[in-house]
Amino acid sequence: MNFIPPDFAPASSEIFMLIMVCVVMLADLTAGENRRYVAYLLTQVTLLGCALLTFLSFSTETSQTFSGMYVDDTMADMLKLMVYGTVSAVLIYSHAYISDRGMLKGEFFSLILFATLGMMVMISASHFLTLYIGLELLSLSLYALVALRRDSVMATEAAMKFFVLGALASGFLLYGMSMVYGATGTLQVSQLAQVIQSEASNKEVLVIGLVFIVAGISFKLSAAPFHMWAPDVYQGAPTAVTLFIGSAPKLAAFGFVMRLLVEGLGEMAADWQGMLVILAVMSMAIGNIAAIAQTNIKRMLAYSTISHMGFLLLGFISADANGYSAALFYVIAYVLMTLGTFAMIMLLCRSGFEAENISDFKGLSKRNTWYAFIALLLMLSLAGIPPMIGFYAKLAVLQAVVNAGYVWLAVAAVLFSLIGAFYYLRIIKLMYFDEPETDEPILPNSDVKILLSANGLAILALGIFPQALMGLSLYAIQNSM
Amino acid sequence: MNFQDIIFYIFAAILVASALGVITARNPVYSALLLVLAFVTCAGLWLLLEAEFLAITLVLVYVGAVMVLFLFVVMMLDINLDQLREGFWRWFPFGAIIALVMVAEIAMVLMGKHFGLEEMPTPEPQAADYSNTKELGRLIYTEYVYAFELAAVLLLVAMVAAIALTLRHREDKKSPNPSRQVKVRKEDRIRVVAMPSEKKE
Repeated sequence: MNFIPPDFAPASSEIFMLIMVCVVMLADLTAGENRRYVAYLLTQVTLLGCALLTFLSFSTETSQTFSGMYVDDTMADMLKLMVYGTVSAVLIYSHAYISDRGMLKGEFFSLILFATLGMMVMISASHFLTLYIGLELLSLSLYALVALRRDSVMATEAAMKFFVLGALASGFLLYGMSMVYGATGTLQVSQLAQVIQSEASNKEVLVIGLVFIVAGISFKLSAAPFHMWAPDVYQGAPTAVTLFIGSAPKLAAFGFVMRLLVEGLGEMAADWQGMLVILAVMSMAIGNIAAIAQTNIKRMLAYSTISHMGFLLLGFISADANGYSAALFYVIAYVLMTLGTFAMIMLLCRSGFEAENISDFKGLSKRNTWYAFIALLLMLSLAGIPPMIGFYAKLAVLQAVVNAGYVWLAVAAVLFSLIGAFYYLRIIKLMYFDEPETDEPILPNSDVKILLSANGLAILALGIFPQALMGLSLYAIQNSM
Repeated sequence: MNFQDIIFYIFAAILVASALGVITARNPVYSALLLVLAFVTCAGLWLLLEAEFLAITLVLVYVGAVMVLFLFVVMMLDINLDQLREGFWRWFPFGAIIALVMVAEIAMVLMGKHFGLEEMPTPEPQAADYSNTKELGRLIYTEYVYAFELAAVLLLVAMVAAIALTLRHREDKKSPNPSRQVKVRKEDRIRVVAMPSEKKE
C-alpha cells in the first residue's frame, strides 16, 4: 500500500516540453494575427530548452522512474537530442513554405510539439502502456497535421487514409500486446525479458502475439506489405508536413523497435528474425521497383522511404549490438538525407506554385549551381554511392547481415539498391543535362541557405569520416543493452 | 453448471450474435444499435469478473455518450450502402480465404489448452467490502500516473486538432458579439431629441 513518489528528474525534458506546448498555444492566442513569429520563436526556444535539459541530465547509467514506466539511458538521450535537432531543422526549412500557404498558425506549431512529445515518450518508454500512448500521441498529431489544409481534397483524402490505416495498425499492435500480456502476465519491458527467459510463459501464444506486433510495427514503419498508405500520404500532405513525417518519427520508430522487439522480446529473436527477413526483402523490392514508375517526386520519395526502411530492418536481423548500431547509424543518415531532399523541394516552391514533379528539377544547375550541387550530394547519398554517408550506412548494415550469416540477403539488398540508383541518377541527369523550364530565381532566407548548405556538406563529411558517428552509435547501443 | 456459468453463456451468445449483426446489418442505424447491445452485454460480462467500475463506465461513456453521438452522425449522413458495397463480391473469395486462415490460426492458439481453466484459474472472489473503484483510483494516481497524464495530453491533442480542423472564420457570418453587447451604453442606442412641444390647436 505504501507508495513512494516518483523521481521527476529523469523526465524533466518531457515535463518542460508539455508546459511549453501549453505556453506556445496561449502565447499564439494572445499574440494575434500579425505576430505569428512569436509561436515560431517559442517553439524553437522549447526545442533548445529540451535539448539543454537532456544534455545536462546525460549519464551513462540507466535510470527508471514512474514505477518502471519510464527509462532514461544513453540511447534515449542520444535519440532525443537527434529528434530535437531534426524538428528544429524541419521548422526552419518549412517556415517560408507554410507562411506562403496560410498555414502559419499556432496549431501547426503546437501539433508539431505534441508529436515531438509523443516521440520522446516512445523513445524512453519501458512499459507497453507508455509505448502505445506515445505512439498514439505521435500518430494523432500527424493525422491532424496532414489534414491541416482543409480546402485541399488531396490532403483530406491522404489524412483519411492515414487515419484509417493507422487506427488499424494500432489495433494490430494492441492485439499483439494483449497476447503477450496473456502469455507472460506482465507489461513491463524489462520484466518481460525475464519471464520469457525463465520459460514460464507460453511460447505459442507469444509467437502469435509477436506476429501482430511485428505487423503493427511495419505499418508504422511503412515496410512492405504494409506500406500502402505511405505514397498517398507523402503526396497528399503539404510538403512541410511530409518533411516532418518522413524525418523525426523514423528516429522514434527506431527507438520503439529497440524497446519492444530487442529489449522486451529479445529472447524471441529467432522468431522475429524470419519475419523481418520477409519484410525487408519485400520492402526493398517493392520500394525500389515502384519508385521508377513515379513522376511525382513526393511519391517517388515515399517509395524510396519504403526501400530504406527495408534496409533499416536488415540491421535488426543480425540481432546483435553491431547490427543495432548499424541500424541506428542508418536511421540517422536517412533522416539527414530526407531533411535535405524535402528542403530542396520546398526551395523550388514559390507562393502559388507547388514543385511536385520530377520535371521541376530540370536544369537546376543553370538556375543555381550551388543548390544543384547540394541536390547532387543528396541524390548520390540516397543512391548509396561513395563517399556519401548513404554509402557508409548501407555498408555497415550489409556487414552486420553478412556477419549474421545471411549472405544471400546482402546480395539481394545490393541488387535492389542498384535498381534504386536509377531513379536517383535520373534526377541528377535532369538537373545537369536538361534545359530549365523556368528561370525563376531561387531566393531562400539566409537561415535556410546556411542550414541546407551545412546539411549537404554534413552528408559528404560524415561519409568521408563516419567513424565518429559510428562510434557514437555503438556506444549508445552498448551502454543501453 | 452453476448460475454464473449460465449467465456467462447467455451474455456471451448475445455478444457474439450482436457483434455479427453490427457488420452484417444492411441499415447503418441497426448496426449502431446492435453495437450498443454488444457494449451492454460486454458490461455484463465485466460485472461477472467483478470489475463493476469498468462495467458501469462502459455503459455510461460508450453507450450513453459515444454511441448516441455516433447515432446522430449516422442519421445525419446519407450513406448509400450499395455504392459502398460495390466490388464487395468481386474481392469476397480472396478476402474470405485470408480471413478463414487467420481465424483458424488464432483459434488454434486461443482455443483449447493455453487459456483453459488449468492455465488461468479463476481468481479468488474478493470480500464484500472490497471496492473496485477505490483500487482503480489508487493505481491510476500512483503507479500509472505517468500513463494517466499522457492519456490526458492525448485528449488535449484531440481537442486542438478538432478545433484546428473545423473552426472557420467567415467574413460574411452574422453572429452577435457578446462583449460588445455587454459594453454597450445608453448613449449608443438611445438618442434624445429635443423637440418643441406641440400645442393643441
